[in-house]
Amino acid sequence: MFNDFVAPSLYPAAPEIFLLTMACVILLLDLGVKSPRRTLTFVLTQLTLLGCAAITLATSNVEVVYTFSNMFVDDMLADFLKLLVYLTVSVVLFYSREYIQARQDVPKGEYFVLALLATLGMMVMISANHFLTLYLGLEMMSLCLYAMVALRRSSAVCTEAAMKYFILGALASGLLLYGMSMIYGATGSLEITAVAERLYTHTVDDKVLVFGIVFLVAGLAFKLGVVPFHMWVPDVYHGAPTSVTLFIGAAPKLAAFAIVMRLLVNGLITQAEDWQSMLIILSVLSMAIGNLVAIAQTNIKRMLAYSAISHMGFMLLGIVTGVVGGDARFALNAYSSALFYVVTYVLTTTAAFGLIMLFSKAGFESDELEDFKGLNKRSPWFAAMMMFVMLSMAGIPFFVGFFAKFSVLQAVVAAGYYWLAVVAVVLSLIGAFYYLRVVKFMYFDEPKHVEPIEGPTSLKVVLSVNGVAVGLLGLFPQMLMSLCAYTLLRSL
Amino acid sequence: MMDFKTTVFFFLSAILIFAALRVITARNPVHAVLHLILSFFTAAGLWVLLQAEFLAMVLVMVYIGAVMVLFLFVVMMLDLNLDQLRQGFWNYLPLGAVIGILMVIEMGMVLGSRYFQVLDSEVPSVPAGVSNTKELGALLATDYVYPFELAAVVLLVAIVAAVALTFRGPKKTRYTDPAKQIRVKAEDRVRIVKMPVEKQD
Repeated sequence: MFNDFVAPSLYPAAPEIFLLTMACVILLLDLGVKSPRRTLTFVLTQLTLLGCAAITLATSNVEVVYTFSNMFVDDMLADFLKLLVYLTVSVVLFYSREYIQARQDVPKGEYFVLALLATLGMMVMISANHFLTLYLGLEMMSLCLYAMVALRRSSAVCTEAAMKYFILGALASGLLLYGMSMIYGATGSLEITAVAERLYTHTVDDKVLVFGIVFLVAGLAFKLGVVPFHMWVPDVYHGAPTSVTLFIGAAPKLAAFAIVMRLLVNGLITQAEDWQSMLIILSVLSMAIGNLVAIAQTNIKRMLAYSAISHMGFMLLGIVTGVVGGDARFALNAYSSALFYVVTYVLTTTAAFGLIMLFSKAGFESDELEDFKGLNKRSPWFAAMMMFVMLSMAGIPFFVGFFAKFSVLQAVVAAGYYWLAVVAVVLSLIGAFYYLRVVKFMYFDEPKHVEPIEGPTSLKVVLSVNGVAVGLLGLFPQMLMSLCAYTLLRSL
Repeated sequence: MMDFKTTVFFFLSAILIFAALRVITARNPVHAVLHLILSFFTAAGLWVLLQAEFLAMVLVMVYIGAVMVLFLFVVMMLDLNLDQLRQGFWNYLPLGAVIGILMVIEMGMVLGSRYFQVLDSEVPSVPAGVSNTKELGALLATDYVYPFELAAVVLLVAIVAAVALTFRGPKKTRYTDPAKQIRVKAEDRVRIVKMPVEKQD
């Protein structure tokens, strides 16, 4: 039996295998680490991410490679997104170190191991070419995130946030799974490329398929956190420890972009009309509710949560406008603008939460908007960094957020959705208010706290690099933009 | 006249639907869990009808044998206050009912349409002597080895997360070390203090 079976090539999955091995090794070594600083665990975690990056670069291939019976795909998009995920997770853990150090009730060793395993989940999602592996990757990542939110055991707020996240996340996974089973029923395959091929060559049962797509889009919307499936986002962002909020808000967005691309664009592009109309509704609602409700927030983590909702809505515009009415001329432009948007959003949000963590101390979270009053008097340099981040998120020219918004809008106009472009611009203008309010607090109000900002020099250096990158990429966005376009050109 | 298989199918389905309804209507949570077990059991019967004996076995062993028994223990140990759970039921009922009915109508319109009918399909005839379990095992170790390993990692994550969330450091209980007790000497326990004699007046 199965004599014709050929063992799959492990070569394309080398980064995943390395990461899993190292995560297990770190888990065991951490048992012997007694110091609360966990230097060994931290250094090994960073080295693992570095090693993964090296392996990904070494095994990178211009061709699209499938392995494990076509369940695993290694293309340029996967390599590009994986490298960005390593970089983001590495920076995020760097920022988190002091923060979790100052809080006694966080189990330190497990924090790094769970972060690594969540990274593995994201890599599996990014490289998934099969509904099954995509779902397993998603669950792997989500389980780690639920646990990380709940890690501060003595805090009731964290436990509540984790509970909400867990229940709504499980519901979303159920929806996604149900949608996948419907699509399996309609097409007879779980393999994403096979589904696409089947839809292209055969006429399939349309009703079952659309029924499945509705559930699929609802599940994806939950994971992306767009309206009306956004309820968990503010509570989780607010309730989780800031380091975990940063973790949730950054790298998983890249993985979410990957699964949206794999499922909707690679798998269901023939049904584009069906899912596009759904995504347009989700996108407009997210931009409206995200930007309007953010104005009423007094807590900066909650405000950034609503801002995340609106940004994800904006990003969806790029995906909507790829193929309109069977016309794929602008597809590459549209998808690469969405990719560029996600990448720059992750860069900016990492800096934002990193700065909040720098300003916090043991017993003081610095997450109220009031805490930012008069920041310029306490630390002019980091007030400037925060200003860069806020202006970039608002989409003020010449920060990177402006070019991200601009390229998405260009795609929207090219696709002929003029009304959508107008709506997006108006809602972004409304959104600029609450970002600029933070800038006003920092520069024109009297400080509530007077002590200067303190932190290790290395942390300050990395944060400064991150902040300056937000500014510099705005001046020279061309390189990253063409990189995004190139990876997608090679992968689509 | 229905043949034997169809009769069994309708018999099991009727029990399944009844049990599933009782799960959500039973007032006592223990009864609800017991009915859930019954519904799993009849579902396993349906699997057998489809010649998927391995899935039926797994359903009985894993779900009924392990998961549901654990669930039953939890339900019995938790002292659920039913009145508290039912609070606000009537306040939420109108809104919930409207949304529920709307969704049922919508789904009914889609599912009841001409294109969503289940076709009559035959159970594939399998030659005698082919083991379902063996085939599944072979598939898991060959084509599906990647998701199989991923599932193992998901379980590892669950273990790490469960330990991280519940383990609160080694327990510092008071206990006596027998070896130390045997080695104890009189001078460890009794200290003779010399004091100058004081005169009584």
